Amino acid sequence: MPEITRDEVAHLADLARIDLSDAELDHLAPQLNVILESVASISRVAGDDVPPTSHAIPLTNVFRDDVVVPGLTAEQALSGAPAHEQQRFAVPRILGDEQ
Amino acid sequence: MSAPDWTRRTAADLAGALAAGEVTSVELTQAHLDRIGAVDGAVHAFLHVDPEGALAQADDADEYRRAGTPRSALDGVPIAVKDVLATRGLPTTCGSKILEGWVPPYDATVVARLRAAGLPILGKTNMDEFAMGSSTEHSAYGPTHNPWDLTRIPGGSGGGSAAAVAAFEAPLAIGTDTGGSIRQPAAVTGTIGVKPTYGGVSRYGLVALASSLDQAGPVTRTVLDAALLHEVIGGHDPLDSTSVDQPLPGLAEAARLGATGDLSGVTIGVVTELGGDGPQDGGWQAGVLARFQESVELMVAAGAEVVEVSCPHFVHALAAYYLILPAEASSNLAKFDAMRYGLRVLPPGVESPSAEEVMRATRDAGFGDEVKRRIILGTYALSSGYYDAYYGQAQKVRTLITRDFEAAFTKADVLVSPTAPTTAFKLGEKLDDPLAMYLNDLATIPANLAGVPGISVPSGLAVEDGLPTGVQILAPALADDRVYRVGAALEALLANKWGGALIAQAPELDGAPA
Repeated sequence: MPEITRDEVAHLADLARIDLSDAELDHLAPQLNVILESVASISRVAGDDVPPTSHAIPLTNVFRDDVVVPGLTAEQALSGAPAHEQQRFAVPRILGDEQ
Repeated sequence: MSAPDWTRRTAADLAGALAAGEVTSVELTQAHLDRIGAVDGAVHAFLHVDPEGALAQADDADEYRRAGTPRSALDGVPIAVKDVLATRGLPTTCGSKILEGWVPPYDATVVARLRAAGLPILGKTNMDEFAMGSSTEHSAYGPTHNPWDLTRIPGGSGGGSAAAVAAFEAPLAIGTDTGGSIRQPAAVTGTIGVKPTYGGVSRYGLVALASSLDQAGPVTRTVLDAALLHEVIGGHDPLDSTSVDQPLPGLAEAARLGATGDLSGVTIGVVTELGGDGPQDGGWQAGVLARFQESVELMVAAGAEVVEVSCPHFVHALAAYYLILPAEASSNLAKFDAMRYGLRVLPPGVESPSAEEVMRATRDAGFGDEVKRRIILGTYALSSGYYDAYYGQAQKVRTLITRDFEAAFTKADVLVSPTAPTTAFKLGEKLDDPLAMYLNDLATIPANLAGVPGISVPSGLAVEDGLPTGVQILAPALADDRVYRVGAALEALLANKWGGALIAQAPELDGAPA
């Protein structure tokens, strides 16, 4: 089991889009190691012949009738928005300066 | 003679009193609102109380009752709802700062069914943030206190719902159970909690923690009340593609049958690895095991046959769960991006921040420690290079656990174990030791991984500390009626032994009417 380093935690936080503070990174890395150590045995339990289960009660091809039903109005959909204008979500810029 | 204290009655009794015209829903609802006002300062079961809305719904219920057309058996009986279910017009925070002040524009299907059946909604109950925890201490709005001992945890994540019912603030509540969040709080608060078969109750509008494990269910003080509530909220919902399209078995009927206390013809399997004869990992408390043995003996005396069944892969359930859950949670919680609803935090000192910078700052400010821990863990488990070793293996172990259940159910109609390894611990005791906290769910997690239904029934008080313990009863998928039958039988047998329900022994809280 490879140790998970503080740098790796910082990279994971980056992937998860969370700005962790230095103090949080210091705290989190050793905790994650303890947790990962306790779950490490999992890799030795099941052989190659065991299929994975993603859902306890497998259902496939669940469709409803293709009929129009009322949904949320624009006002309802925007009711919790941090900012909106012209019936749209208003968001910060999504492109960098160089783009 | 003083007026009857309606808050001490069961939901079935209250429904009977409403039907007989002995009381109105407005009176009942007001009595519970008064009780909340008197004790919730100490218990903190509620994040939001809605007196106006609840009384308006109660008024409607009274009209339906007066017209002789009640909308359900429970029309007019008030209820509390865990704050993880969307309620139109009522704040829904999931115990998180990132959703502070959010008012959903729609109802979860469970909530819509409660409204259609006429149950006034008293308010929203406290929980660990996004249902991650076993103590309700991870709520961003402060912990809930166990009504049996206010210095102790009420279990989690649904500690608010369990405490509300245990403190007589509500006769009924809704909880959700991803790894034990209905059953473990029930065990440590002396109440009843049921996790239905996966797909048995709609997840539409239930803010997802781990979509393949989450299930909403009843939190009550009696098994019959749980069955009556389950019949209101259960059944197929086209808005949830994992909803099972089959009629519910007769649950209240099964509970009434069980209440006779006769278990002849029923085979009960004691799980070797969970309180049975096998080596017991995870720190089982002696008083919990003693009460469990006592319950098994009572069931034998009532005619049940007992067999010991081994489920050898259950010892790996915790490890599988703590890979599958964070993996699913890290994906599900990606939607909290500060763009469409919820908190938006601008990073300090950044001129014209990008959407991504805003998202990073918001998620750091809006999520608590446990949520961050699990998101990072899930991101790790799903990263390339680790996916097969962790998430893939965990899914295989899930198959092995499901097979263990299938084999066990060829030998027994139901499986039994203690619900939680210990009684309620002190607030703060395990807060900085995530692994110790995770062990609380040791016995409840296998049912979530396999999708089978389970109930926790109070089994007494542990001799060491005088705190409630619970017995868990598990049945095969879609055989939820069995947990009600056996649960009601055990409840009746124990009530007979104690001379009444365990909850009657709960301490009176400050401000409680004499």
